[in-house]
Amino acid sequence: MNRERSERAILRVLHGVGLLFFIFLVAFPFYWMLVASLKPLIVLAMNPLDLWLRPGEFTLRAYKEIWIQFRFGSYFANSAYVGALTVLLTVTFATLGAYTIARLRFRGRGFLSRSILVVYMFPAIVIAVPMYTLYTKFGLRNDLHGLILIYLAQTLPVAIYMLHSYFKTLPPNLEEAGLIDGCTRLMVIRRITIPLSLPAIASVALYTFMIAWNEFLFAFLFLDSPSKFTLSRGIMQIADNINVSQQLLMAAAVIATVPVIVLFLIFERYLVGGLTTGASKG
Amino acid sequence: MSNRKTTGNTRELTEEVPRLRLHRFLFRGAPTLAQREQRLAYLLLGPPSLIVLALIIFPMLWNFWLAFHRVRLLDLRRFAWWQLEATLNNFITVFMHHDLWPALRATLLYTTCGTLLALLMGLGAAMMVHSHFRGRGLIRSAFLIPYIAPIVAVAFAWRFILDPRGVLVAGLLGAGILEQPINLLSQRPWAMISLIAFEGWRYFPFDFLFILARLQAIPPVFYEAAAVDGATPLQKFFYVTLPQLKLVLATLLLLRFMWTFNKFDDVFLVTRGTAGTRVLTMKVYDFLIGEFNVGAGAAMALVLFTVLGLLLYVYFRVVMGRAEKE
Repeated sequence: MNRERSERAILRVLHGVGLLFFIFLVAFPFYWMLVASLKPLIVLAMNPLDLWLRPGEFTLRAYKEIWIQFRFGSYFANSAYVGALTVLLTVTFATLGAYTIARLRFRGRGFLSRSILVVYMFPAIVIAVPMYTLYTKFGLRNDLHGLILIYLAQTLPVAIYMLHSYFKTLPPNLEEAGLIDGCTRLMVIRRITIPLSLPAIASVALYTFMIAWNEFLFAFLFLDSPSKFTLSRGIMQIADNINVSQQLLMAAAVIATVPVIVLFLIFERYLVGGLTTGASKG
Repeated sequence: MSNRKTTGNTRELTEEVPRLRLHRFLFRGAPTLAQREQRLAYLLLGPPSLIVLALIIFPMLWNFWLAFHRVRLLDLRRFAWWQLEATLNNFITVFMHHDLWPALRATLLYTTCGTLLALLMGLGAAMMVHSHFRGRGLIRSAFLIPYIAPIVAVAFAWRFILDPRGVLVAGLLGAGILEQPINLLSQRPWAMISLIAFEGWRYFPFDFLFILARLQAIPPVFYEAAAVDGATPLQKFFYVTLPQLKLVLATLLLLRFMWTFNKFDDVFLVTRGTAGTRVLTMKVYDFLIGEFNVGAGAAMALVLFTVLGLLLYVYFRVVMGRAEKE
């Protein structure tokens, strides 16, 4: 019993310390990013350890400059366009495809449901070289729609997998009732399956948006003209410019980060449930 | 409508819902319900399959072709594909490259340590959040944020934090741990250590999420039985919790190893491949963009893919084989 009590005491202390450690570890880079975007570099460089934001010591000038002079308004719009269109297309195709695999009988169904996640394993860097040549040849390289197509291909397998495992948990009776009442399959999907699966669909939408909004490699390799830059590509562009200060770069980083975090915190409940539905089964 | 040939069954259906023109169009002339279902299935799965086939499967095969041909970036516009010359030179270029073996070593080091660190941190964080306390839901969401933030944004934040004149070095100097500033991003072995630390920070949320889900699915009866047997908290962890987590830990290890092995963004953005952090994926980029040598880039990617395949094969044969015997 003595050992039990001492272990308990030690673990309680460890739990508290560990929790604080993780909270600090996670929050610090983001807090620092925010401080560095608000404090002028000279102030921060004089005393790098002083990370308090006192009134009067910080300024929003960097945000204004980056948004207007460095065209981050247009990069933001491009990222939003790419994100929105990718989400719309992925959710549409994935809902229909996942329903098909979950409910309809057709030849090749077993093969598809088994191989769907294998596609997800193919690394982006291996696809990057051939896609570069193909897109150059077909003139899709410096084009946001070419990028959207790639994001679609990257998100569809996971989206279909997630939705299909969710659809399988729905009771089929409702759909059967709908079919007997004269609904077609497409009507059943629209009127019964989709309303019942809104949480799962929201989580797929959020996942897709995050991929499209954050993606770096293809945006960096494929986009050439600044009018087409996404935020990730835009940040790389200004990072190469020696006249750009740390403060400006961090303001750009904050602009790119805030929308994802806000969306994540709004939809987080669904996402966590949706992502692990398949995993917790075993 | 009435002059179309329909069997009794389908006629009733179409007459009952006459406004479904799309539906009728899709199933014109399809005789049985099963066949219609099959047609609909192919129609609905068509677009996503086509996209995945055209943008993932085909490029993989195309990469294979490129690796065995002499292709420079400029040739892409000038020549038709069939005019390009077949060659094995790309592989000679790749294997004779002075940087190949150091790159392989760096890749293995980075992948192994990064994967393990993220897994251990994920396990630790999951254990912390597993017990009930106030604000637990909020903390659980907050722990996922490093993983969902744009890689470019967090990589630059880390670069500035790790800068010789940045906050971390200043803190270490102030605490007397360091005597003079060091460059954590371009000095051996610190660059690799920084990169691995970044990897742990960025990817532990993924492991955390799945481990936590599995933790919460362990039936409380197991712990109650252990308590009856007089198990201490540590014994409960080693004899109840860990065995229950074995499968999810092995799966995460495998997945994350594969993904880290193929990671390009993180290395490219955090250390730029300096001071012993030039990994194999960066060599793909070097050949493609740095030397305009598409063929060598494709060959490098193919080598990368093969090495990964071999590692996975070994993993499945040795590790999983042993696990099955137990």
